[in-house]
Amino acid sequence: MTRRPLVNTLGVLVSLVWVFPVYWMVSSAFLTPQQVRSATPTFVPFGGDLSAFGRVLDSSFLSSMRLSLLVTFLVVTIALLFAFLAALAVSRFRFAGRKGFILTVLIVQMIPAEGLFISQYKMLESWSLLNSVAGLSLVYVAMVLPFTVWMLRGFVEGIPVELEQAAMIDGCGRTRAFFAVTFPLLAPGLVASGVYAFLQAWNEFTLATVVMSPSNRTVPLWLRGLTTQSNAAIDWPGVMAGALLVAVPVIVFFLVVQNKMTSGLVAGAVKG
Amino acid sequence: MAVVLVLALGYPLVRQLLMSFQEFGLAQQFGAAEPEWVGTANYQALFADPVVWGVIARSIAFCAVNASLTMIVGTSVAVLMTKLDGPVRLMLQTSLLLAWAMPVIAAMTVWQWLFDTQYGVINWALVQSGFEGFAGHSWLLNPLSFYFVATVIVVWMSVPFVAFSLYAALTQVSEEVLEAAQLDGASGWQRFRHILVPTIMPIIYVVSLLQVIWDLRVFAQIYYLQGAGGLRSETDLLGTYIYNLGIGQSDYGMASAVATFMLLLTLALTIGYVRKLAKEEEP
Repeated sequence: MTRRPLVNTLGVLVSLVWVFPVYWMVSSAFLTPQQVRSATPTFVPFGGDLSAFGRVLDSSFLSSMRLSLLVTFLVVTIALLFAFLAALAVSRFRFAGRKGFILTVLIVQMIPAEGLFISQYKMLESWSLLNSVAGLSLVYVAMVLPFTVWMLRGFVEGIPVELEQAAMIDGCGRTRAFFAVTFPLLAPGLVASGVYAFLQAWNEFTLATVVMSPSNRTVPLWLRGLTTQSNAAIDWPGVMAGALLVAVPVIVFFLVVQNKMTSGLVAGAVKG
Repeated sequence: MAVVLVLALGYPLVRQLLMSFQEFGLAQQFGAAEPEWVGTANYQALFADPVVWGVIARSIAFCAVNASLTMIVGTSVAVLMTKLDGPVRLMLQTSLLLAWAMPVIAAMTVWQWLFDTQYGVINWALVQSGFEGFAGHSWLLNPLSFYFVATVIVVWMSVPFVAFSLYAALTQVSEEVLEAAQLDGASGWQRFRHILVPTIMPIIYVVSLLQVIWDLRVFAQIYYLQGAGGLRSETDLLGTYIYNLGIGQSDYGMASAVATFMLLLTLALTIGYVRKLAKEEEP
């Protein structure tokens, strides 16, 4: 049945290399402390033990979860709203400064966040927004906005404006034509950009380290805390259970939307 | 939209530029002294410091190695995907997707566990394969093996994005053109070199640009590994160096000067791309 056994074997090997760390995270979360300390690693945790989850599901996890959910919700909502308006403006209207705007979005996208965090820290400090949901959300919105504008622009340009014009000839007003015709076609683009913003806000580590204090941590900081909290030996099954809890929502979202994300990106890239 | 961008990116950018020309340390932080204008003194001090040159050189080298490795492996995997039978391709794509979707810190945590000195699978596997010296080996204590671990992780995390983007581009290449070339006697390599590569060139261009930007600014991975046992002074890259100067030592003036240099370096490396886009964008 296989036409190219060598190539297919290579494909299987490559996929094993990439999936092994993910598998190892899942399987280690079910190990007992004795299995972790044995001389031979346990590759299949038979009679898996759920106590690791119990050890990490404490109040600090729940408060981190609440904080991350709130920040992520704010970032997705605000970023989508702004990005939507901006993408429409640059692809449906010709205005002075349009080219400049598109280039600004591109250049801003290239600014490394790591080159800005000192001044962002000082900025939030002078506005008394350090260690606050509002402050963290503000810098996150700025972080995801350039890319969401770029991505949505690719989607808007993929929808022929003639469709809207046809609806207008049929007697719709411009606004109605837009909401009846273009908006539904744009929904996948909005979902994809929203998920991108979700992933960024959920996973971000650098700015959160700078801006938030140890008592007020997002989920990635909480997870990081598990491996650095004391000089005692690290509770690896617990840490892996924590990593699993943080990763599962992301992995599920990702599997649902990745095709749209890649095509949105490729569309944006081709159109520059 | 413009307001948010100006507030959250423009304002810190200007402020950072200003701070880089000021003496801005702990005294200024607590209001004991006003920030004092010192001209280019911060820049002069930084560039006179061999430590800073070491950090810059390491960052550029790390970026070059990681971006090239990611592009080479990512392109190979993308081409491999086009050759696989359906079920194997699905298996490979699912594996890559799972790796891609791992949050950075979750991925770092798993890799720290894999490279664990005492109970890590990697040391165990090396000992089983006859490399007895790896029993209890600490990977993060030596700068070279520290960067080796960081590179393995960064490449593992970046390849899926490259592979999927290029695979998407490769599937756009028309079958007819490839068949015609084959009928004309073009070998597999010739078809790859003269048809596939030129067609997907714009995507290769964008993706490698993003890799350069991302690998130059790598922070979370280095910061995490340093916390897990790396020697900070010998493993700092630009991101962690700025962090330690600013947040760690409260020397905001100096930190801003390095950060400004980092921005200029990124712009210098990407300006060609921006100009190309500026030309293509119709007025």
